[in-house]
Amino acid sequence: MSLLRGLVSARTWLAFTHHVAGLFLAIVSFTIVVTGLAVGVALLPLALVGLPVLGLTARFADGFAAAERARFGLLLGAEYPAWPADPARGYRFLLIPRRGTLIGRATRGREAYAVLRLPVSVVTATVTIFVWSVGVVGLTLPLYGGLFPGGGPSFGSHLLTGPKPLVVSGVAGLLFLLAAPPLTRAFASADAALARWLLSPPRDVALEARVTELKVSRERVVDAAEAERRRIERDLHDGAQQRLVALAMELGRAKAKFADDVDAAAALVDQAHTEAKAALVELRDLVRGVHPPVLTDRGLDAALSGLAARCPVPVDLQVEVPVRPRPAVEAVAYFTVAEALTNVAKHSRASHVRVVVDGGPGPASTLNIVISDDGIGGANAAGAGLTGLADRIAGIDGALSVESPPGGPTIISAVLPCV
Amino acid sequence: MRVAIAEDSVLLRKGLTLLLEEAGHEVVATAGEAESFLRAVADARPDACVVDVRMPPTFTDEGLRAALLVRDQWPDVGVLVLSQWVEERYATELIAGRPHGVGYLLKDRVADVAEFLDALGRVAEGGSALDPEVVAQLLARSRHPLGDLTPREREVLALMAEGRSNAAIAASLVVGAGAVEKHINNIFTKLGLAPAERDHRRVLAVLRYLGTS
Repeated sequence: MSLLRGLVSARTWLAFTHHVAGLFLAIVSFTIVVTGLAVGVALLPLALVGLPVLGLTARFADGFAAAERARFGLLLGAEYPAWPADPARGYRFLLIPRRGTLIGRATRGREAYAVLRLPVSVVTATVTIFVWSVGVVGLTLPLYGGLFPGGGPSFGSHLLTGPKPLVVSGVAGLLFLLAAPPLTRAFASADAALARWLLSPPRDVALEARVTELKVSRERVVDAAEAERRRIERDLHDGAQQRLVALAMELGRAKAKFADDVDAAAALVDQAHTEAKAALVELRDLVRGVHPPVLTDRGLDAALSGLAARCPVPVDLQVEVPVRPRPAVEAVAYFTVAEALTNVAKHSRASHVRVVVDGGPGPASTLNIVISDDGIGGANAAGAGLTGLADRIAGIDGALSVESPPGGPTIISAVLPCV
Repeated sequence: MRVAIAEDSVLLRKGLTLLLEEAGHEVVATAGEAESFLRAVADARPDACVVDVRMPPTFTDEGLRAALLVRDQWPDVGVLVLSQWVEERYATELIAGRPHGVGYLLKDRVADVAEFLDALGRVAEGGSALDPEVVAQLLARSRHPLGDLTPREREVLALMAEGRSNAAIAASLVVGAGAVEKHINNIFTKLGLAPAERDHRRVLAVLRYLGTS
């Protein structure tokens, strides 16, 4: 059954398309790169005239590698990492390659791929097409074999007549047709392995890039934490602390007045009372901004519910997180929604927001957050709030994406790993 | 009124005791954590108790859980839960379909002594007291659209959800008792609720409508 299903599966036919297209692309890439390298190297002794030719060839190999990446992803679903940006690579005066570009590992791999593409494709494409054709022809031959002039098809000088050769042909065709899908897909896997080998960085380069990325994100997280501490200090200083000073002052004045002017003293106490209550409200908001207690006690659903209720724009909240993620992930998720809702309330002029949170630890292993509104868009991903948020998310290896074209709508989504 | 207090901050425990005694109530027991508080309630059987949400040993929701125990074991003891912050979710857990003899207020409300004592009194008599901030959250997260209500009717609905009587609503909005009754009738008609005579039955209807039970 699975053999038959292979005949009609999308994977098989995408792989088939991949092989056929690959053959045509290979002819182009082979011709350009082989010619470019030969001419470039030949012209090098002539006062390095060959350098721009080699530069152009490298550029072509770069572009071809990118196109192949897209093709492998689209047709085979094969993803492989790209080379990280490298300052030693690049061009001077548009065409003169830098050293890293001229003979670097990335360029060598890409040019080798562009050349090797042809022999590999010749084999995979012709074998694939041959197997499919033999299968289709062999299987259908019994249907029309009798219609050939002379009573049967002829192979060279052999004339096939009578039922026996036709039955053999049918069975052989069927076998070829059953073998064709697995073969097509096996070639595709081999092709993907070749591309991964030649077009993606080796392990040490990939690891080095990862280390650089982690170093940058660590610095940003530390900076973000420092900025947050400064904000809390400022809020405490400008808010609650000032209010308490004012409160103490008013009480002091009231104390002095009680002896001779009780009414004035009572008014001051009244004012101090108001001041004290305002300080409490400010402190409470500040605490909620640092870490909402309900998040620890009851988890994301309860905490986001409170957040949604306090948002002036109506929020449609949907939380489906069966297993609680670890506290750091929960906190980042909470502040992602908090920051997004603050922006919606302040800038979006939206009439409605939708917040969807799902996934979490378990099979999904990521917590997914999407906040979408029907506002005017134009959110600035480089603004302080969203950059700080991106830094926090990067700190737990998550990813933030902000889509906010002018005119709206704005969609903010975050994917937070939970492992 | 005989009152028990569960509050881990000594300063606040003393303050609350003074406040209640100055208002002519008797503080029959004070405790700094949930276990001794529950024993005290079992022994003294107060009319009402004031419970802080966050207490030792974990400083999360001990007070809330103690309040739920009191509510279930001694239904005639009113429980007023105080918290440094209020969350709709805690309110929902506390009420859980039976807003009788329970209250949930921001700790700040203690500063308005008369209102605080009024809320405690309502809870002791089997009524309810929900913080305006909780009610605002409940209205915002309502299961049903409230768009048909006039702004005035929304105000009245909020005050009803807080657990206030007609007279208190009238005083708070500075209108006559007749006007309040008219608003309430309009609200019940617009929301399709069966009229309820007694205050706490009315709270139940309103909260159920808003989706807390």
